[in-house]
Amino acid sequence: MQVKLRDPNVIMKLSRLGSFHQSKLSFLRSFLEEFKDWEYKKNLFDLDKEGFGIAIYSFKKKDRVYSLICFANKINNNERSDRVIATKWDAAFTLYDGVPSKLDIERLKNEVPKQEVGRLSYKELTLSRANKSLRVFDYVVENLSNGTQPDLNLLSQVGYLYRTTAVYGSGKFGLADRFRIKNREEINGPFRLEMMLVYLVRQFTFDQVNHIAKSKNPKHAVKLDPKICKSLGIGNSTGLGMAPFIVNHPTLLNNWILCREKALKKIREIRKVEKNKINLFTNSLKNSVRNITSWITKSEYQLKKIKFLLSDVKKTINYLETKFSFDIEYPFNEIYLWLEKETCDECIEYIVSMMMEPFDEIVKPLVSEMSSEEERYFNIPTDRTIEDLRNIIEKRYPNIIEIDFDKKENIKNFWFISKNKEEPRYSDRFKEQGSELEQPLAIARDIKKLYEKLIVSKNSLTIDKFLSRYSNLRHVVRRAFIIEKFPYSEIQDNTIAENVVPIDMLRLKLSFFGALKFDPRSDKWLRICMFQGAPLPEGLKNYDQQWVYNP
Amino acid sequence: MGLQSLKMKSLSEIETTSKRASKAAGYSWGISEEVGKGIRLMELFGLAGIKNLSEYFKSKIQNKFENLNLINDNNKTEKYPYCPIIFGISFLDQVKTLEKLDKIRLDNIAYPFLVLPFLSRSSEIIGKKIHYKFDDHEFLLNFNVKISSKILSDKYPIIAKNIEIIFLENKDNFSETEWKSLYKLSEETFVEESESLKKGAAGAGLTDND
Repeated sequence: MQVKLRDPNVIMKLSRLGSFHQSKLSFLRSFLEEFKDWEYKKNLFDLDKEGFGIAIYSFKKKDRVYSLICFANKINNNERSDRVIATKWDAAFTLYDGVPSKLDIERLKNEVPKQEVGRLSYKELTLSRANKSLRVFDYVVENLSNGTQPDLNLLSQVGYLYRTTAVYGSGKFGLADRFRIKNREEINGPFRLEMMLVYLVRQFTFDQVNHIAKSKNPKHAVKLDPKICKSLGIGNSTGLGMAPFIVNHPTLLNNWILCREKALKKIREIRKVEKNKINLFTNSLKNSVRNITSWITKSEYQLKKIKFLLSDVKKTINYLETKFSFDIEYPFNEIYLWLEKETCDECIEYIVSMMMEPFDEIVKPLVSEMSSEEERYFNIPTDRTIEDLRNIIEKRYPNIIEIDFDKKENIKNFWFISKNKEEPRYSDRFKEQGSELEQPLAIARDIKKLYEKLIVSKNSLTIDKFLSRYSNLRHVVRRAFIIEKFPYSEIQDNTIAENVVPIDMLRLKLSFFGALKFDPRSDKWLRICMFQGAPLPEGLKNYDQQWVYNP
Repeated sequence: MGLQSLKMKSLSEIETTSKRASKAAGYSWGISEEVGKGIRLMELFGLAGIKNLSEYFKSKIQNKFENLNLINDNNKTEKYPYCPIIFGISFLDQVKTLEKLDKIRLDNIAYPFLVLPFLSRSSEIIGKKIHYKFDDHEFLLNFNVKISSKILSDKYPIIAKNIEIIFLENKDNFSETEWKSLYKLSEETFVEESESLKKGAAGAGLTDND
């Protein structure tokens, strides 16, 4: 049986993309799998009694070494902010390419804590900073120093000791460009070194909390139970900075989604599924209910989604247990068709992720297809004709060209870069100033503008002639030729409409990172947790692949 | 590692900054994207992209330049030098038509170095080397893999006259005998593939686009 890939005009809608969940394809899970046999080491731990100072951790294999350098600093409670405009953090980190010398550490000590206003070099690969969770950090220290383990209920409400507020890579602030690392044999997909940084930062947070507790009460302090450590991740606060990324990297976005779609298609095409794989799927699904019931947020938007998700996941479990038999042919296709009919988007995508769990033979080869050589697709085929381009747009953007952009609600917002922090922002063009400096992220509107010009142009006219007249549409002409080859490269929604929910774009990207427990704090930023339940470095050699569902 | 190398701008920064500056200088986003890629390419090849772009944009404030949107074999300005960016974009877009002309002449262009990345990419599109010549400067654009030049000085002309661009026919730079000799040697690095190697080859049957 041949199953078709799902329709991009359905899957690439923001409401669907904003319902994506982590899966075996997610980068933090791929990272753990690919680096599990590397030698982990704590190279330096030079903190004072209060936990301030420098620490270095490394992963090593043969001659390759990656070192995380941590700078823990003292800041006042009122200086701690999740916003990107903050200038001080509890700790700042960089992942160094190799073993840093004393001179490197001295240099980085002056630059890394300054983050965006510091200057990094091509020897540094990623950069980040994090703040303590005020709710739990001191509480954990207090408990450990008194010889007791902290209350799990409180910890589970937060899920981490530190929360990062940005993780930079790919040439930002002088960091190494992607071309310097992309061909390394261990770099098998996107964001591997960003994931390494976050993973090692997680370990630093445990070591720091143990160190402070021990310094406070050397005789009675105990270490944080490794089981509790494992149940904690690293928090992350994410704003709009992520949204332009997925618009600006269309072929990369395509490859992420396409791999997910290919995995689903192949799983649906399996005629008979082995018993052990069925068990792995159903057990993961049942265990995962805890992830939903422990998903804490105050966001009405998310609470509603969680409520439907929980209800539909229970409904699915009931269906599988009482009405469904895995003895039928193509059982996962049958389950998928049932999900489409009976459950919400959030549940469909949740189960799609879950379906990948038993099928390493399908998922693993796809992991290495998730990068993209974007330069290859940058040139516009200017010898093609208006007719070609119009056909592409009609085929690939059927809903977009139906939108009426003369209506105020369809052009309400605009994307821009803030001057003080050079960060992307999103605002109401009718209330705020600056829409004349709009970033080229209103793809739907500009595709429609292009389409309107194309339908009144001569069919045989070549694109070079068209562009010499309409250079203002060049960016969308390029995109249209990209989507011709990469059907999942474009969000099939109007990203400047009044009713758009920008965090759906963030959620899409974060799900591919492997984030859990999306906690929207507004429609423009959210908190998440990464590596919660993941093995600790000492346990990497032999860990439970389904750790996400079996914390 | 010297202090200078630690202060280098990354190519990503070079591209983003060039793109944004181009937009601010009045070009469309689509053209600005092309300029960003172009300056990144120049800097990657060790050519002074940022310097030339920055000086051209400064010069644009005081001076006028002509846009050459449709390129012919012999292009004459009316009053002002051609804008190198619009010329570069037009060349890139029209290169499949232009290659039939063999040689293209321009009488006057500003900041002629800025044309280089567009010619380099054009060379890749048509699969032909391009020879770019103005005043005492000569460049060989080699399928966007390499830019060769006779001159590598710090002084970059502000205005160039009598410009010539020549398309070079594909031709090996070596004889057949020299090639065969080298190929034979290269065969010593080959491994005879068994059936199991073929089946178990890493990435067999997959797209490797990384």
